[in-house]
Amino acid sequence: MTKEGLFLDGVTIALEGRVLVSLTCRVAPGEVLTVMGPSGAGKSSLLAYLGGFLEPAFTARGRALVDGVEITALPAEERHVGILFQDPLLFPHMSVAGNLMFALPESVKGRAERMRHAEAALAGVEMAGMGDRDPATLSGGQKARVALARVLVSEPRMLLLDEPFSKLDMELRQQMRMLVFSKARESGLPVLLVTHDEADAKAAGGEIVRIGE
Amino acid sequence: MLTRLGPLVTILLLTGPIAFGLAGTVLPAFGFLPVLGGMELTLQHVHALLSQPAILTSAAISLAAGLVTALFSLGVVVLFVAGWAGTQLFGRVQHLVSPLLSLPHAAAAFALAFLIAPSGMAARLISPALTGWERPPDLLVVHDPMGLSMMAGLIVKEIPFLLLMTLAALPQVRLKETRTLAASMGYGRVAGFLLGVWPAVYRQIRLPVFAVIAFATSVVDVAVILGPTRPAPLAVRLVEWMNDPDLSMRYLASAGALLQLTVTAVALGLWMGLERIGRFLCIVGVEKGVRLRRDALLRGAALLAMGLAAGAVFAGLATLALWSFAGLWQFPDALPASFTLKSWMRAMPRIASPLYTTLLAGLLATLIAGLLAILCLMREEETGRRPRRALMLLYLPLLVPQVAFVFGLQLFLIYADLLATLPALVLAHLVFVMPYAYLSLKDPWHAFDRRYNQVAAGFGKGRWRRLALVRLPMMTRAVLTMGAIGFAVSVGLYLPTVLVGAGRLTTITSEAVALASGGDRRIIGVYAFWQMLLPMLGFGVATLLPALIFRRFRGMQV
Repeated sequence: MTKEGLFLDGVTIALEGRVLVSLTCRVAPGEVLTVMGPSGAGKSSLLAYLGGFLEPAFTARGRALVDGVEITALPAEERHVGILFQDPLLFPHMSVAGNLMFALPESVKGRAERMRHAEAALAGVEMAGMGDRDPATLSGGQKARVALARVLVSEPRMLLLDEPFSKLDMELRQQMRMLVFSKARESGLPVLLVTHDEADAKAAGGEIVRIGE
Repeated sequence: MLTRLGPLVTILLLTGPIAFGLAGTVLPAFGFLPVLGGMELTLQHVHALLSQPAILTSAAISLAAGLVTALFSLGVVVLFVAGWAGTQLFGRVQHLVSPLLSLPHAAAAFALAFLIAPSGMAARLISPALTGWERPPDLLVVHDPMGLSMMAGLIVKEIPFLLLMTLAALPQVRLKETRTLAASMGYGRVAGFLLGVWPAVYRQIRLPVFAVIAFATSVVDVAVILGPTRPAPLAVRLVEWMNDPDLSMRYLASAGALLQLTVTAVALGLWMGLERIGRFLCIVGVEKGVRLRRDALLRGAALLAMGLAAGAVFAGLATLALWSFAGLWQFPDALPASFTLKSWMRAMPRIASPLYTTLLAGLLATLIAGLLAILCLMREEETGRRPRRALMLLYLPLLVPQVAFVFGLQLFLIYADLLATLPALVLAHLVFVMPYAYLSLKDPWHAFDRRYNQVAAGFGKGRWRRLALVRLPMMTRAVLTMGAIGFAVSVGLYLPTVLVGAGRLTTITSEAVALASGGDRRIIGVYAFWQMLLPMLGFGVATLLPALIFRRFRGMQV
């Protein structure tokens, strides 16, 4: 499969006839497209559209392709679109390793092998040996890193970031930005970042699209 | 698509038995009952009904029971919430009262009877010191001709129900802010609540109030235990006719069911009149600016009534338990002379089969209702629509008097040769469990953070795996609570069990009520104890099981 990145082809999202988002652009593998705009401008609906969770009240036209695959023609669970929200949203009823093994593709067979993958992914975010922990006992920064490891281990086609740094304090925020963007570059994932923080956009370093203004 | 079936099956389940049941009840009233050769329309059965002795008195008692029960229980709840919501004491009383919701009506009625009867606990405690009674006085306290003790039995059960319904509606109004605002304008707590908050709350609990009226106008089990006998309330007489071995009595019973429908409809109509008066008084109160600043007495009375209602049931339940273990217990001793397990041993062989039926029917009905509720809620999320009108349907089984449609349903079950079979019993219970299952799961379901679903979908998990591996485990507590509520409803069902079980399939509740006329307090004590125990077990499981399964995970603790 060729790595072509993300291509938004005439994506138009409307609510009750009012157009919120109208976008055509390309995001190369490892690059970040930052979408900025005031709340209610349709940033979240763009993410929901790409993730396959657009509320039925919205109407959408156009299509989105990742590496030539039209993901918007697929059901949500076949799109392999990794999402990071403001909250880490670790599953509270699974251990840290359980969270990662849940995300791991089924092609990785065998419990020991899956465990090894999970541990390796944790080590990649400086959380080595924490697999047995209850997610509720982690600090905010640790949770954010586990969430990142979890989404990476699921081998997504692309990353959607929904203001993922806004709830972290200043110092952590800068660390997490570096970590997320470097990991995305490493894995060659096209990233779509939604934010209203200019510093996020600057750190992302890619193209910036403003909507709802 | 499976989820699409959810609402469809649910709607069929709620409307089908009621529509067929009503048809099967009403048509014979006009002489149409082909099985018995009734093919021509006639008013003769209606005439026969009206010539029954004191039939209008029976109807009047039923009508009064509905209105008095609703007025009293709602009154106590409103004034209690108005006077105390937001205080520490309120929380404590709420915790005290909540478990009563799961108590079957029949058990509460027995509890009250054991307390207030001439030879009951209340009389024993004050005799002979205060009364001079050495023997139980010859007073008609239980089964009083006006039905007051029956209404009391209904009120003590409906107060917890309406209180919890009100509490569920409260978060949707700005209680604290309105209170502060009203207080700053010089309104007393009660007046501020009644004029500022109550109208919005009442809109939310209107259907539950209607359900209370419909239930109280047509109640059978509480009426058999506490109600008047000469004449009995309408629904009790109906059930007698329905169970009459002379099949031609079915015509009379059908005509009676028609009268029952009328009585319930009239009660609801009169209540809507009362609503208008209430609204008018509210408007007058607002325009005059009635402050009611000195409402301490009113608040005190509300607290007293609340405490009395709950306290009476608990004291009665304790008395029931005592009786089940009592050896010799003479009047006016406050405690038995000896304790024994004899009653429990004596009841054991007969209780096994009803206990098994109770558990099986309750668990099956709850399981099916839970699955349907989940499918309906999933479908709602898919379509993004909150079905308002379908929600009305949910209340249908609670608004149509049970006796008026289950009797007709019985006819169809006889046709289908399904009477007194487990599937029929489960179906009948399901009709009543379904509304509670859906209503109790609805709020926690919507409160679930759906981003978890989106995260899981991003990992390639389809909807059923998201449901089974993410949402249901995270909602274990809510799902089990729903199950406990549904099970408690099923355990408490009397009339559907009697009519569909036809005496061959019996449950703890139907057996307990059947024992009421026998007056063997020790055995009644054992049965009522089981009635109390089963719902409690359900809630115990719902509390302990999630804590046990997820003991490793702090985020899963309450």
